[in-house]
Amino acid sequence: MPRNPEITSVLVLGAGPIQIGQACEFDYSGTQALKALREEGVRTILLNSNPASIMTDPERADATYLEPLTLAVLEKVIERERPAALLPTVGGQTALNLAMEAHRAGILERHGVRLIGAQPEAIARGEDREQFKALMDELGLDTCRGGFAHSMEEARELVRQTGFPAILRPSFTLGGSGGGIAYNVEEFEAIAQKGLDLSPIRQVLVEESILGWKEFELEVVRDLDDNVEIICGIENLDPMGIHTGDSITVAPILTLTDPEYQRMREAAKAVIRGVGVETGGSNIQFALDPETGRIIVIEMNPRVSRSSALASKATGFPIAWVATKLALGYRLWELPNVITGRTKAAFEPVLDYVVVKVPRFTFEKFPETEPVLGIQMKSVGETMAIGRGFQEALQKALRSLEEGHQGLAGGLEGKLDLSRLKEHLLTPGPQRVFWIYQALKAGHTVDELHRLTRITPWFLQEMEEIVVLEGRLRGFPLHRLPGELLEKAKRAGFTDAQIAAFCGAKEGEVAGRLKTFGLARAVKRIDTCSGEFQAETPYLYQTWEQFSEAPPTDRPKALVLGSGPNRIGQGVEFDCCCVQAVEAIRAKGVEAILLNCNPETVSTDFDISDRLYFEPLAFEDVKAVVDREAAGGKLLGVFTQFGGQTPLKLAGRLQAAGVPLLGTDHKAIMDAEDRKLFGGVLEKLAIPAAPWGTAVSAPQALEVASRLGYPVMVRPSFVLGGRAMAIVFDDAGLERYMREASLVSEDRPVLIDRYLENAQELDVDLVCDGERAVVAGVMAHIEEAGVHSGDSYAVFPPLGVEEGILEQVKAMSRALAFELGVRGLLNLQWALKDGVPYCLEANPRASRTVPFISKATGVNWAGVAARIGLGESLAAQGVEDGKPLAVAVKGVVFPFAKFPGVDPVLGPEMRSTGEVMGLGATFGEAYAKALQAAGMTLPLSGTVFLSVNDLDKPMLPELVKRLASLGFGLCATEGTAKALEAAGYRVRRIHKVNEGRPHAVDLLKNGEIQWVINTPKGKNAFSDEDSIRRQALRLKIPCVTNMSAALAACEAVETLRGEVAVRKLQEL
Amino acid sequence: MLAHLILKDGTCFNGFAPLGRGGGGEVVFTTAMAGYQEILTDPSFAGQMVVMTFPEQGVYGVHADLDEAAKPWAAGLICRRLTLQPDHARSLGDLAGWLKRHRIPVIAEVDTRALTHHLRDFGAQPGLVWTEADGSLAAGKAAAAQLPDMSGQALAALVSCRDRYEIPLPGAKFRVAVLDGGIKASILKQLTAAGYHLEVFPWDAPASELTAKRFHGLFLSNGPGDPGALPGMRKEVEAAIGRLPIFGICLGHQLLGQAFGGSTFKLKFGHRGANQPVLDLATRRVQITAQNHGFAVDEASLPPEVEVTHRHLSDNTVEGLAHRTLPIFSLQHHPEASPGPHDARGAFARFGRMMEAFHA
Repeated sequence: MPRNPEITSVLVLGAGPIQIGQACEFDYSGTQALKALREEGVRTILLNSNPASIMTDPERADATYLEPLTLAVLEKVIERERPAALLPTVGGQTALNLAMEAHRAGILERHGVRLIGAQPEAIARGEDREQFKALMDELGLDTCRGGFAHSMEEARELVRQTGFPAILRPSFTLGGSGGGIAYNVEEFEAIAQKGLDLSPIRQVLVEESILGWKEFELEVVRDLDDNVEIICGIENLDPMGIHTGDSITVAPILTLTDPEYQRMREAAKAVIRGVGVETGGSNIQFALDPETGRIIVIEMNPRVSRSSALASKATGFPIAWVATKLALGYRLWELPNVITGRTKAAFEPVLDYVVVKVPRFTFEKFPETEPVLGIQMKSVGETMAIGRGFQEALQKALRSLEEGHQGLAGGLEGKLDLSRLKEHLLTPGPQRVFWIYQALKAGHTVDELHRLTRITPWFLQEMEEIVVLEGRLRGFPLHRLPGELLEKAKRAGFTDAQIAAFCGAKEGEVAGRLKTFGLARAVKRIDTCSGEFQAETPYLYQTWEQFSEAPPTDRPKALVLGSGPNRIGQGVEFDCCCVQAVEAIRAKGVEAILLNCNPETVSTDFDISDRLYFEPLAFEDVKAVVDREAAGGKLLGVFTQFGGQTPLKLAGRLQAAGVPLLGTDHKAIMDAEDRKLFGGVLEKLAIPAAPWGTAVSAPQALEVASRLGYPVMVRPSFVLGGRAMAIVFDDAGLERYMREASLVSEDRPVLIDRYLENAQELDVDLVCDGERAVVAGVMAHIEEAGVHSGDSYAVFPPLGVEEGILEQVKAMSRALAFELGVRGLLNLQWALKDGVPYCLEANPRASRTVPFISKATGVNWAGVAARIGLGESLAAQGVEDGKPLAVAVKGVVFPFAKFPGVDPVLGPEMRSTGEVMGLGATFGEAYAKALQAAGMTLPLSGTVFLSVNDLDKPMLPELVKRLASLGFGLCATEGTAKALEAAGYRVRRIHKVNEGRPHAVDLLKNGEIQWVINTPKGKNAFSDEDSIRRQALRLKIPCVTNMSAALAACEAVETLRGEVAVRKLQEL
Repeated sequence: MLAHLILKDGTCFNGFAPLGRGGGGEVVFTTAMAGYQEILTDPSFAGQMVVMTFPEQGVYGVHADLDEAAKPWAAGLICRRLTLQPDHARSLGDLAGWLKRHRIPVIAEVDTRALTHHLRDFGAQPGLVWTEADGSLAAGKAAAAQLPDMSGQALAALVSCRDRYEIPLPGAKFRVAVLDGGIKASILKQLTAAGYHLEVFPWDAPASELTAKRFHGLFLSNGPGDPGALPGMRKEVEAAIGRLPIFGICLGHQLLGQAFGGSTFKLKFGHRGANQPVLDLATRRVQITAQNHGFAVDEASLPPEVEVTHRHLSDNTVEGLAHRTLPIFSLQHHPEASPGPHDARGAFARFGRMMEAFHA
């Protein structure tokens, strides 16, 4: 059956901002879906609030709504666009939940919009654990013992059946948040209560523990004729008990016999049929008891997921694209296998390589939380690596993390306290695999480690083989290293640097030894069919083999380095820039080659670039690709400015190795990155900067601080995302910082800047071709300087900044671009204090804000920069300073809810995971939308709890005036209340948490407070603020932690009380 | 021990022979990712050295319940990585040790992907595992050039049972004669599971015995080699046509095709794997099937009374036949799977329905 002709237009729901558990994999799936729809001539409408996504580029859909993913907005979009159908299965849980809400509210029916991909009944059967469990019983499939509780009484009844440990999972929460493992009654009570609270339907699943069982996932696709196929099986190296998003996983499934696998495959077929997912991809999770072979179904997602993105990249089979075609009515056997081009999509991909995925964590950002892994997802990104064996893929994947490991061997060598080995093996943390390696090196047996970790022994044996190899390598000086052993080491994924370290040589010398034996890297293709059919698609990886394929072309070409795993501070925004750059390069007729290792991204979709190398962003791997492609002829050079800090770090070595950089060269990068050199540049241009100094010891730091005057901003050198950045108010604080700063050394001093209090921060993005510098946009932060720019709301155009100052900032920004010698993008941060703009830092690369400013101005700035790199001047491109299409506000989302115990207050250390955009005719409208899109629901009436520090007291009257005029009631603790009463306002006085009851937290719990405005009083003050903010977070009561934002929020409330319009990007 | 895989056309691949043993056979590849033990013991692989395209082999060891025959029939294993320490709760031992016991040559560390490409582009062909101990590379190439081709090889006699035997099933509704051209154990298991009492005959059994009155149906098994080299079997199958319901798999399907008057031809590199898509032309539904064949029935050669019921989605070759009037059907793929998906297992019950209708 060809596609359904009645589906003439489709509304696609995106996933909104990046959050833990829902990252850029949905940009990938959404982008594929839009492409699949447009190929069929279907009119596409997109609703997504995330500007840092490729899918929201205005040319990807016919109508793009960068608006909050709320029911009200959805209905307005439907009213305006009248889509024939809604596709809810490519935008993660957010899209699925919103579609279900719309269905339940009758909106879809009222407007005659049909759901495609999955029907509401099927979604409910797949998502509602109670219904799902009942269905599994009906199908005769085994599930975990236990059941659903809707009250504490029911929960206690269930735990009597399951015993301890018991697993608890609240229904309908993102990434399984709020779940946990209870080992005793006390923990059980706490987790059950919290789970009931978090679940929107007050339901918690209480189950028997299957901790330590083997965990598997199958990615399943079904069409309207009930043809079902398994695209990929994924095996978790970490056993049950660790969220699959936080587990190291392997594809295909390695340790099962065919009958075991087929039992699971049959069960997966039964599940997708039973649930009734009509078309498209689903993900089904299984657990297998290795002792008894008992297989149970854990859960299913009736939509594409993080795992399906991984499965797509692991196999080459584009699940989201196929799922979208199936939703239009095609059958699997009618669709081509786009990788081979000569076979059909009806088949099951087979691999002739091994894929390993490793999660990336950022526990260091949340020191209040124990770095322990459990059933709630904590990782913020992942890397994937491909090898011709598990060992090679594992070492490549670990290298790809960019955490300083060359691979498994040598990772954290000497940095782990081996006396705590057992504890770290028993309690899984983000570095467990390195603990395992050290344990093996220390002579612990695979059996022992299996007992402690429950990891399938085969994986441990493979790691042991790496240990043995390391030992053998250490037995030779490099010049006597036998060829056979060297080849074995390379095939096991060792880098030259590792081998050199083991054999007492320099990294560069290993290449010579390899040459002696004629050992060279080979390039292999991902083709879905293990070589059975010829495939032209250049989706490639490197390994060590006898023969290479996919020889380089003789076309002119450019290599774009991607941004690696998502992390806080470097996420989807950079992938977005890479993709835009690649497309601009292709449009110029130059072959665009992309190298990246992040499976969640659009950039690693095989049809984005002309050639895709799925490889670690590590020097050796990158250089090998460069050498190979250069040998093919005209490699114009390498772009290092689009992938964030990752490629920038490689720029120096690449240039030193004779690789031409396209765009800004390494000297300019150093001038901007090195604080001393940059200080010189600023001085030369007479650009104001906050006084600063560097220190490698506490006494030195105190001396610098006394010269600068407190407060000071301190941070280690060479960090991203404000890592370990802090504002220090006094000597004691500075001493503590220096004591705790772990990374200080002679060549990595601590940077100390005078902190500009109450300054306003500006972000500037510009492009420069050496002749001209064009300002893409200047954004004004809504929070004051001191809050990391990545965590600040920002507005473009920079409302409230005087025109004269703005021009001055632009002029100085241009001057800096010329002086540094920037060719391409430059991001600058400025602080405005008392009318003087101070330059805070310069980043000669794409920034987090480039996609935002691109959407706000309607200009693809990354593309402009790419063309500059290829020699097309700004004049030739006809590009002028960016002009706002509307007022645009960037909003941010935080993962605080995932890290219990964390104080959700903002500071110089970036902690947000994603961003949203609000567009409006006024600031109030844009800000209101940004808040909404970020999930912050401002109250339109009620009582505000105010607690501000002394520094902020002067701004209090202005704020209170606005709150009062909006009709909010006020309550405050003593200090603030006094100040308000003095100004003539009626305030309800309440106790501080430690001063008697009822106190602020009681009122929060009783629903007597609808809004918290609380500016922190600094680290030293013993505070109950912490508990107030945490409580507010838990109860989802909006909590604003600084004055500027509070004032802006008043404007937003005003807007929200009126009618809010939606607009598509294409009409701005 | 360092070794080479040398193809008849002279192409050489580097490798390592952990058992130090060489040997020859037709080199074919299978893309099945799991199931090495089932594959190596499948009699259809007799005389063939199997390239496993998936690089990690031997991970879960060898198991008591995974044999498709009493011993491995494949002439060799060619792979990228061979696990020496297997891991599985029910594993009896490691793959290398098992191969050693059965004197099957194995060569690992081979660029199996490049080898697969070569076989795909230049066709399946004989090859030799040639170890350092076997002599110079030139000598190896000379030896490889002398290897016989698979076309024209009759291997049924080698792998078939020697004497008739029974697999009784008390209370079975149907008694089925099974012609053993190299039958897999899991086919017998599936026939039994479908409720049939089986009598298994050697490959050269005459039609008169196969169609004896006590049988409700005749099953024609899979098997190795060139179906064109088995004129005797073809003749007996021809004689059986019309006398009782017949179901054939793989070689059995090809023999039926010939018996109907059609011909078979050698595919360039065959279909071997567990992911082969087959379209059932009646229901328009896809089955993902296990396949292992180097020859196929030529559709154009078939008489009008024979209908093509299934097709391979990748190359449109014949995957299933049915006689328009007689109760006969056959499948090129392996509904018993092992290894592979169970999508096509309904075929065994279909045979039952056919016997039911015929004997009603």
